[in-house]
Amino acid sequence: MPVKVADRATAEHATQPERRAGTPPPRWRSRKAKGLAYAAPTAVFVTVFFLLPLLLVGQMSLSDWPLLAGDRGVNAPENYTDITDSSLFWPAIRFTLLYTVIVTVVLLALALLLALLVQESRPGAGFFRTVYFLPGALGLASASLLFWGLYSPTTGPLSRILEGLGLVDDPVSFLGSPTSALWSTVFLIVWKFAGFYMLILLVGLQRIPHEVYEAARMDGASRAQIFRSITLPLLRPSLALCLLLCVTGSLLAFDQFFILTKGGPDNSTVTVVQLIYREAFQRLNLGTAAALSILVLAALLLLNTLQFRGLRRADES
Amino acid sequence: MRRDTTVLTRALGRTPHYVVAGGLAVIFLFPLLWNAWASVSGQPGTAQQSGYGLGNYRTLLEYDAGLWRYLLNSTVVSALTVALTLGVSLLGGYAFARFDFPGKNLLFLLTLAILMVPYATLLIPLYVLLGRLQLQNSLIGLSLVLAMFQLPFATFMMRISFEAVPRELEESALVDGCGTAGALRRVLLPAVRPGLITVGLFAFLAAWNDFIAPLILISDSEKAPLPLAVANLRQQSMGAVDYGATEAGVVVLAVPCLLLFLLLQRHYIRGFMSGALKG
Repeated sequence: MPVKVADRATAEHATQPERRAGTPPPRWRSRKAKGLAYAAPTAVFVTVFFLLPLLLVGQMSLSDWPLLAGDRGVNAPENYTDITDSSLFWPAIRFTLLYTVIVTVVLLALALLLALLVQESRPGAGFFRTVYFLPGALGLASASLLFWGLYSPTTGPLSRILEGLGLVDDPVSFLGSPTSALWSTVFLIVWKFAGFYMLILLVGLQRIPHEVYEAARMDGASRAQIFRSITLPLLRPSLALCLLLCVTGSLLAFDQFFILTKGGPDNSTVTVVQLIYREAFQRLNLGTAAALSILVLAALLLLNTLQFRGLRRADES
Repeated sequence: MRRDTTVLTRALGRTPHYVVAGGLAVIFLFPLLWNAWASVSGQPGTAQQSGYGLGNYRTLLEYDAGLWRYLLNSTVVSALTVALTLGVSLLGGYAFARFDFPGKNLLFLLTLAILMVPYATLLIPLYVLLGRLQLQNSLIGLSLVLAMFQLPFATFMMRISFEAVPRELEESALVDGCGTAGALRRVLLPAVRPGLITVGLFAFLAAWNDFIAPLILISDSEKAPLPLAVANLRQQSMGAVDYGATEAGVVVLAVPCLLLFLLLQRHYIRGFMSGALKG
């Protein structure tokens, strides 16, 4: 890399004597070259590890590409028809959407509650802020492994607590049925990410000028009125950002289901990204995995465009 | 908060607030505290049958390639990812903030566009691509990929850090005969240090905790980073699940993250304040 940079710089210098009238002064031109040189590592990274794979995944999605044998030539559109015909395709989409809706609603509601609880500089607010965020410092895989133990019907504490309280008679199988597996995963995600979204909302809350609240209070507005007609509307850009991040993250859910439920019971919790993984590394077909990846990319781009539009509108209002 | 209320009624008025906040704090802390306690307490079916002790951690030390191996793998990947992310985004942020060059806006947009593409969409072709580059199943290949995923946030963060430095500072260094590299090293580097700490912290947490990238890109269990190794440990003994060793693994995984977060909280929060998340 440094060699290339030096080459480019000397090339710039070499052309300088031939400079004609009207071209920028040498100092300016060498600054251009220097800018290019400093940006070169970024350019190399973006090209090799982002643009190239993006082209490659397109090509793979149109080719017969077994994991072990490699490229065996174009077979379009077979990968796309294969994957949409797969018996798990529609269930995975349905489940991913359901999971996304539930997580987004529960997570953002709780994050807003937390942000409101710790926004004022009451004694202890800093402590609570840190405590609520603490799970966010963990990795998603670590948190999933933690809850896997927590949910254990034999050694986990949750089942025993519920039994001790007399709420249930037998050990609870938190991951045993499709519904309980879904809600158990939602609980894990809410625990892990609520503090993260709380922080984003706190930043938004702090941007609301104090005078607005003062004026409303002078006018005799109640707490509920202030929340509904001041806090919520002025917090809209932050809420929209949370929505964008939360929806995108949930649609791409993988770690939590891979570790906690392995897609079970009975494939009831297989997400779209898990289906990509299964196609590639269990059915050993990179072609169909790439086709599904392209479909996910298209869906996400569409969704992000729509949400960005909403975000901008929220920013303007 | 009205001024005329007495201290006592104010304290009483706050009580429901503290009950709610405190109750939630217990719920948020409980899984962490329980896991730490369970990892050292006795459970049937684990190395720590009864009483308190480090039996589960001994299991972890002896599992397959051994805890030290996996810790080393994770440390190498995290250190490489942090170094690559810092290096590339420092130079890139400088270029985007202070220079004009052809393709500048396109390159910046492309860097941010990494955020728009799902992780999994890129990992499938990266698996093939790293194979062609002879980087398959290698910690270096994994670090390069993880650093790429950090670039949108890191580049944005470093760009605004450089933009916040007054131009006069850099110009006086240039007048004093420093080249741009000298100005970067002597004058700008100290000025953008907080930005670098934030970028480094995010890169470390991401690399240390990443699961799906090593799952796809690393096939040799000797080279697995810690999260993958702990998940595998659990999967391999399917018949008799060793919860204790998993709990110990979670502690080893979580402690560095929690410590770093508590120490560098201020720098972490800056990542949120910067608006870089909006990228």
